[in-house]
Amino acid sequence: MRHGVNLAVGPLSFRVGSAWPGPVAALRHLYAGYPGCETADFTVRLEPVTPWRRWVRPSVAIQGDYVLPDAAPLPLAHGLVAAEMGMNLQMALGERRYLLLHAASVEKDGRALILTGESGAGKSTLAAWLGEHGWRFMGDEFALLEPETGLLFPFPRAVSLKNESIAAMAAFVAGDRFGPRLEGTPKGTIRHIRPNDQAVARMTEPARPALILFPRFGHAAEIRPVGPAEAFMRLTQASTNYVALGQRGFDALTGLVQNCRALALDYPDGAKAAELIELIWAEAAR
Amino acid sequence: MAGPLYIADAEGLRTVVLEGLAVLFHPRSGQTHIVAPPAPEILDALGEGATDLDGLVARLSERFEFDSNEGRPAIAARLGELETAGLVRRS
Repeated sequence: MRHGVNLAVGPLSFRVGSAWPGPVAALRHLYAGYPGCETADFTVRLEPVTPWRRWVRPSVAIQGDYVLPDAAPLPLAHGLVAAEMGMNLQMALGERRYLLLHAASVEKDGRALILTGESGAGKSTLAAWLGEHGWRFMGDEFALLEPETGLLFPFPRAVSLKNESIAAMAAFVAGDRFGPRLEGTPKGTIRHIRPNDQAVARMTEPARPALILFPRFGHAAEIRPVGPAEAFMRLTQASTNYVALGQRGFDALTGLVQNCRALALDYPDGAKAAELIELIWAEAAR
Repeated sequence: MAGPLYIADAEGLRTVVLEGLAVLFHPRSGQTHIVAPPAPEILDALGEGATDLDGLVARLSERFEFDSNEGRPAIAARLGELETAGLVRRS
């Protein structure tokens, strides 16, 4: 490929190649300070849909070891989103060492809090907020559970903030950590932020899972216990490679729900969620 | 006349009990199942060897206190579900 960047994110590494300089320059800015890598676990290629579309209404198709045949191409202006989707796709379908949970995670005192839920539940925003308020940000998209040890490894890629969350985080995060504002993407307006120096410096340091939360945004504040069987079932659905891992995945997930309390957390706004999370954590840490 | 003989397809089956429910990993199919009592108990009883429905009810009634006549339809229903799930087969 004409342009490319090698990146290590947590214990995993990526090679992102692109037919255009723009997406690679945007990645280099967003991931400034991240280590590079000699060889990559996953390769993502951003290519023109057809050769002439490199110049005429350029459209980015996501290629790599795994490809979704029906994925719609993205306009070049959204090259950063294409790179992120490509990284997610390669990982989701190709990762075998870790059990991947579609979850955000943060750490305090060596213990990890896992936040999982459907898109729009507020995982990214909550993890990013906590990461600027006394917690170590471990990731906003994937949590990596190592079956052999039960430890959770970070995957602190750039945080993908959507719509209203962008302004909310601008109050805490310096401007140079923000990527470009991307309007009209399939997920609305998106702006990425680079995790802070602590999250990047400690990106290969795992933590012992201590608490699983299923947050839900836009509801009156309420906390409900989630039984281990329900937590197990919801986490199998939140994992992209549970089936592929077979018995290792089963052992990892049953171990997780047996050793971790799980709670559902409904919240009306970020401030209330943060307050409740600190209360729950203080009780769980006792 | 004795009905069909059933046997658990339990080789390598992993069972973890989570607050009253059991989650099972069936290595032959790679599938995970979440089951409620008496399904795990049926699998356990069939682990002794193939038997028909009457034999299964007899084995379970030796281990648990219940009325065999009342429990028989429920056990038959659970046995059918386990067969559909591939955890029990006819021998």
